[in-house]
Amino acid sequence: MLDRDKGNAVAGHAGTKPGEAKKLSRRTLLKGAAAIAGAAAGADAIRGFPTIWAQEIKDIELRHVGVSYSVVKAIGDQAAKDLGFKVTMQNLDTSASINRFISQPNTVDIADLEGWQAKLAAKRGVIQGIEVKKIKEFDNILPIFTKGEIDGHKIPRQGISPYEAMYIAKPDATDLNDGVTEWATFLPQVYNADSIGYRPDLVGHEVTEWKDLIDPKFKGKAAILDVPAIGIMDAALCFESAGLIKYGNKGNMTKEEIDFTCNKLIELKKQGQFRATWTTFDQSVQLMAAGEVIIQSMWSPAVAAVRVKEIPCVYAPVNVKNGKEGYRGWCNGMGLMKHLSGKKLDAAYEYLNWYLSGWQGGFVARYGYYSPVPSTAKKFLTPAEWAFWYEGQPAPEVVNDPYGVAMEKAGTKRDGGSFLDRVKNISCWNTLMDEAAYMNKRWNDFKVA
Amino acid sequence: MQPIPAQSPAQSPTPSRSNLAGWLYVSPLVLVLVPFFVAPILVVLAASFFATDGFGGLTPGFTLASYVEVLHSALTLKLYLATIKFTVLTWIFTLIIGFFVAYFLVFHVRNQLLAIGLFLLCTVPFWTSNIIRMISWIPLLGKEGLINQALLALGVIRQPLEVLLFSDLAVVIAYVHQLTIFMIVPIFNSMARIDKKLIEAAIDAGASRFDIMRLIVVPMSKSGIALGTIFVVSIVMGDFFVVKVMSGGGSASVVSAFYEDVGVLQYPTAAASAVLLTLVLVAIVSLILRTVDIRQEITR
Repeated sequence: MLDRDKGNAVAGHAGTKPGEAKKLSRRTLLKGAAAIAGAAAGADAIRGFPTIWAQEIKDIELRHVGVSYSVVKAIGDQAAKDLGFKVTMQNLDTSASINRFISQPNTVDIADLEGWQAKLAAKRGVIQGIEVKKIKEFDNILPIFTKGEIDGHKIPRQGISPYEAMYIAKPDATDLNDGVTEWATFLPQVYNADSIGYRPDLVGHEVTEWKDLIDPKFKGKAAILDVPAIGIMDAALCFESAGLIKYGNKGNMTKEEIDFTCNKLIELKKQGQFRATWTTFDQSVQLMAAGEVIIQSMWSPAVAAVRVKEIPCVYAPVNVKNGKEGYRGWCNGMGLMKHLSGKKLDAAYEYLNWYLSGWQGGFVARYGYYSPVPSTAKKFLTPAEWAFWYEGQPAPEVVNDPYGVAMEKAGTKRDGGSFLDRVKNISCWNTLMDEAAYMNKRWNDFKVA
Repeated sequence: MQPIPAQSPAQSPTPSRSNLAGWLYVSPLVLVLVPFFVAPILVVLAASFFATDGFGGLTPGFTLASYVEVLHSALTLKLYLATIKFTVLTWIFTLIIGFFVAYFLVFHVRNQLLAIGLFLLCTVPFWTSNIIRMISWIPLLGKEGLINQALLALGVIRQPLEVLLFSDLAVVIAYVHQLTIFMIVPIFNSMARIDKKLIEAAIDAGASRFDIMRLIVVPMSKSGIALGTIFVVSIVMGDFFVVKVMSGGGSASVVSAFYEDVGVLQYPTAAASAVLLTLVLVAIVSLILRTVDIRQEITR
């Protein structure tokens, strides 16, 4: 459902830049050398494993299953190349993934989990705890995830923040642990802050507040995300912004709050506010590019995809003000399925460690997503890319997307500013509410109204 | 579907052998239907009576809570009304178009080879995926689509027509485009078996074209119409994707609603909705079969 298909599109063309390949071999070579001195013999050393190990693991296959914007084939291919075992990436939409993890856990090795899915997977006992000690870069993971704060700023916990879903007390615990432990439910690998995309030429003013999405001025020209669990949060951000209601917790509404939100949505629908609702990345790009809508809830790479078509489109910087507004954050991580053991489990840890070693962080940065370990991702980005994507500075030179196609002109600044500006303005996280069943029913009322 | 021993007494003199032959005849179908149809339906049926913890956990047991919830909800009624609206509209248009296409092919194209050639031509669009066939309507119907641009250029309209896309109209257009073939094929088949002498005799007896249509062609194509209706109705009622895409998410259907239930792991309610839909469809199909005795018509 949450198909950020850009991930797929991006996946097709990726290749290692020569410079990166060199860095990578050097890095893994060091690791390999540390593992066993005898591994100096050629290719196996470059793979980072002693010869016997390499022989044994080459038959291992890891199946990484999840949504297309997070489980990207090009990344899996690169991991397989660097690690020496087989990695298969399989894409499903959000709801199909969580259904598969729960109903057929043995057909998956690495589960792609959002915070709320990690909570569910732990509850259902389909994942095993990740031993934090075995994750080499764990201490370098941003404290957003490991401690629930960044730069002295407490990360809000409306919805299910990654930190909230991060820890369990024991490897086989089914309930989340509030506070740091030695065992993680999932290892964050990619995340971003979602807001509104709009056509600056047609909207006529800068959009910094969610309420513009429900402004009658844009009747019949607005669209909203139709994934109930997160669409309702976008709606809640709008209504809060317009001063219609103050939620206790947007990410875990009471029945009354759900009723208010859905009734208001139905009212807006009947007034003709929404031209459409969208469920996949591609649909949102099409709606904007084909002139069907001029303002809608949108994801950052989708805005970029519209701009590549030479259509002006801006990603609204909805910074928190007066306790309102803010981005809706999301984060996908990797969970180890319970059935993993022995060499396959060792390989899975290698795979997790590889994710945080930088190549993947560099790759996702080029379409606007972030790595939990920016310090390693930085090594795989050019200084210009780093300045543009992470520091929010005007691009010193043309910025390319992961295909190598020019995406942003020199001098452009990223909408929403630097990494810190954006993540510190996240006000809620993707979630599954306690009242999910009721919310879903009311959302269907909105759909059929 | 059932073994028909009566047809093969010659080859199988003893009753037990004919019985065996009968079972052999149906075994391929049974081998397909049991694991791929009966078993899943039983699983869904069982799940619809289970309790849930709300997060994907099922407690085996027997509760009617899910059915009570589904049947007590005004949402269910609205969803069925929406779905039935699409079904009826699609049925009417596919029937009219399908009937006249078949009629033309059977009675107006004299050359049988040409008729079969034209018939095959009707299937050409089906060489591509139905998703592509549906999505290809979007650039045609959109605000800046071909139709709106043409109408604007001709000066017929000043503002682009928004009703063309992301509307009920768009949903029906896509369904009719996708499903007319399911009407053409069975109607063509039953019309082709109408003895042309019958029509000639009617003409000789002074019947008008309308009478021929009303008294001969329509009654004798009944089985085809019934079969086509079953296809169209069951496909539309069981679909959610066309509604979702062509209505721009602006409408929902019975199936889309329980698909969303599965998305938030509400398995028992989803299962109960699925069982309910199956029952409704069985009722509709048996109603059709009561009106038209397809088996008798086919063996005619």
